[in-house]
Amino acid sequence: MNSARQPALLDLRGIAKSFPGVHALSDVDFTLHKGEVHALLGENGAGKSTLIKVLTGIHRRDAGTMHLEGQPIDLHDPADAQRLGIGTVYQEVNLLPNLTVAENIYLGRQPTRLGFVDRRRMARDARALLAGYGLDIDVNAALGDFSVAVQQLVAIARAADLSARILILDEPTASLDAQEVATMFAMVRQLKAQGLGIVFVTHFLDQVYEIANRITVLRNGRLVGSHATADLPRLDLVRLMLGKELAEIESADHAHGPGRGGLCASFRDFGKRRYLAPFDLDIHEGEVIGIAGLLGSGRTETAKLIFGIERADRGEVLVDGASARLAAPRDAIALGFGFCPEDRKTEGIVGELSVRENIILALQARRGWIKPIPAAEQKRIAEEFVRRLDIRTTDIEKPIELLSGGNQQKALLARWLATNPRILILDEPTRGIDVGAHAEIIRLIRELCGRGMSLLVISSELDEITVYSDRVVVLADRRHVGELRAAEISPRSIMAAIAGTDAPVAQQERPA
Amino acid sequence: MTRHLKAAAPQLAALFLVLLANWIVFPEFFHIRVQDGRLYGSLVDVFNRGAPVALLAIGMTLVIATRGIDLSVGAVMAIAGATAATLVNDGHGAMTAIAAALAVGLLCGLWNGILVALLDIQPIIATLILMVAGRGIAQLITEGQIVTFVDPALIFMGSGAIAGIPMPVILAFLALCVTLFLYRRTALGLLTEAIGINRRASAYAGVNARAVLLVAYAWCGLTASLAGIIAAADIKGADANNAGLWLELDAILAVVIGGTSLFGGRFRLVLSFVGALIIQAMNTGILLSGFKPEFNLIVKAFVILVLLLMQSGASGALLDRLALIRSRPRLAPEGKEVS
Ligand SMILES: Nc1ncnc2c1ncn2[C@@H]1O[C@H](COP(=O)(O)OP(=O)(O)OP(=O)(O)O)[C@@H](O)[C@H]1O
Ligand SMILES: [Mg+2]
Repeated sequence: MNSARQPALLDLRGIAKSFPGVHALSDVDFTLHKGEVHALLGENGAGKSTLIKVLTGIHRRDAGTMHLEGQPIDLHDPADAQRLGIGTVYQEVNLLPNLTVAENIYLGRQPTRLGFVDRRRMARDARALLAGYGLDIDVNAALGDFSVAVQQLVAIARAADLSARILILDEPTASLDAQEVATMFAMVRQLKAQGLGIVFVTHFLDQVYEIANRITVLRNGRLVGSHATADLPRLDLVRLMLGKELAEIESADHAHGPGRGGLCASFRDFGKRRYLAPFDLDIHEGEVIGIAGLLGSGRTETAKLIFGIERADRGEVLVDGASARLAAPRDAIALGFGFCPEDRKTEGIVGELSVRENIILALQARRGWIKPIPAAEQKRIAEEFVRRLDIRTTDIEKPIELLSGGNQQKALLARWLATNPRILILDEPTRGIDVGAHAEIIRLIRELCGRGMSLLVISSELDEITVYSDRVVVLADRRHVGELRAAEISPRSIMAAIAGTDAPVAQQERPA
Repeated sequence: MTRHLKAAAPQLAALFLVLLANWIVFPEFFHIRVQDGRLYGSLVDVFNRGAPVALLAIGMTLVIATRGIDLSVGAVMAIAGATAATLVNDGHGAMTAIAAALAVGLLCGLWNGILVALLDIQPIIATLILMVAGRGIAQLITEGQIVTFVDPALIFMGSGAIAGIPMPVILAFLALCVTLFLYRRTALGLLTEAIGINRRASAYAGVNARAVLLVAYAWCGLTASLAGIIAAADIKGADANNAGLWLELDAILAVVIGGTSLFGGRFRLVLSFVGALIIQAMNTGILLSGFKPEFNLIVKAFVILVLLLMQSGASGALLDRLALIRSRPRLAPEGKEVS
């Protein structure tokens, strides 16, 4: 680009950052130009989020220099970044769930009148801002009442509104469906045209090729390369990221055919008023059932009813032919169910507890408090899963909150695998997981099914669902509207089934 | 083990410093004598007087670990003391009276637990109810009087000694050991920490959060009633108005000094116990030093502030802040490396 004449918008040189036991970044260079979307890629734990946190003043760098438009900068806290025109959406939504949407957007810069917060104007501005991105929600409702995806869009809108020069997005699309990704990309293109520099972290390579001009790849905290997107074919990119070839997922030999094993659980007329319309569902041993639908269509609701988090007010569930009680997660777990939730931070990890304790938690809870798992056994279980799922951590006693996002996700999967469940429900299991691990998890899903475990997988990625599902249940408007079997399953047919109903657009979701 | 010791360093250092200060203002501080088969001396006094708060701190630690708080422990002490005193005066044996007082404490704890765990009332409000009502209940039991008693077995709980060690100290240590066993030898401690850190995630993992909460509050009521029995036995009477008054605050303080966060999660029983001893050592020290009583509270507040700052690492952050204000310019000089 024209970098020769004009100084880069942002120029980082020789950045290093260590945490006890890990060099999260060593000698990393990163250059961002105006009007550029720059993808920052790498495996889970490669150091992407750390680099961003250094850039936004959350972490103090150990070494290196940072220049903004030729001027050296030195950030002490996130407020500094904001003042310099750097807006950020972090990997974990970190807005305040108890405040309203409008309050979250204008937090720390509320419009005032006569010294008081002008609530009416704040609501009006917030509504206008979100409407500009095609999002029509009640800005006076608490943010926590909305799904993760909507929260994420609000966070993006806030950051975009704040950022005069640079917008940083750390895995912003992980919880968005195709349509919302399109909305967001429109937003990004608009900002890019205004001359902002945009840093984009993601594990969705399609999105990288769709929107990024440049790609920088990190591996184990080191820079492995920075290329124009056009010069870096996909396979080369994957090789750069993993440091080896990706064992391709063979998608052909999947033995489709429902009911490979015996009937394991069946739900009859199961539902809850104003939550999810009653549905019937049979789950057979060794079967993978994909659950597809737009955001807010009732996917997560289905999972929560099946797992007893929400109590069904009609219908019944039969497990091994006998009627079963399902009033709490504990009941579900006693029946051999497991559930990896969508919202990792608030529903999944127990932050300050160690990786080991997080992995054995469900198993321990099922054994009861009186029978503690012996320390040696805990260690063995945790170490086994750390190895099998390739969870990157300095040791199993590290608090799980200090792991990178993707590695937390793997640890949660380990928590359930350790209980050896009969039916495992995975809500967006590959969210935030890198390409290598993604393939590994899909392989694992198949292996587990081969051994008789049944899976219910919720995913926004239709390609992914197509690869492993024996059956796909399609939802719209909080109803089960269709089911696709074996040969019928393709991204196109799923889309058609979703669109086949006159479901309202996802953005009109109301607080639950 | 060394990891545990390292984590305990600030508290142990603080205890050491407070004891040292006591020794400086009162050189006989460490003198211990034996009289009538019982140890006497200022140091013994610290343990003996500190026992009730140490007992409260044990239960309080568990409740705080669940991200709760129990304001009613002082009132529960009064109820337990009143129960025990009234029963022995009604001609029941000391054993019956003690058992009944403990049972009443357990019930009080369960009541709090039900409000918090089953009815989802915020702990501070839920336990405030019993904090206020509890003294009323205690007065109903004592019929508004200070009930004195002469039953030697009950009095032994407060001023007796076994192998020279005062009963309150023995009971407090016993309670600590039983609690450690209950929480650390089983998985209860882990489950308690889990729900304190993230109740929703823990419930999704199958942790029976309600049961864990009930046990924590019930245990807190139980240890409070034991403290109440000791306090009554010590003065040979039950004073519904003043028994355990404000001790809930000392107990909370002991837990915080012990390094357990009020936000719940990781808890450290032994260090809460040490925290209670630090508080008592300070009380005793101030008394011995002959400071004017007006100064007592101020000195205590100051020492506690320093202690908490030391522990939170906030002092370090504070220094950073100051340094930062001085180096306010946002744009560092060209080429400056950040250390
Ligand atoms: N506060 C911290 N304390 C200790 N270690 C940390 C901390 N933050 C990050 N790490 C470690 O630094 C490494 C890099 O983490 P980072 O979050 O930057 O990865 P990432 O590239 O964003 O991964 P992901 O794709 O999974 O989000 C990891 O090994 C992680 O465990
Ligand atoms: Mg990350």
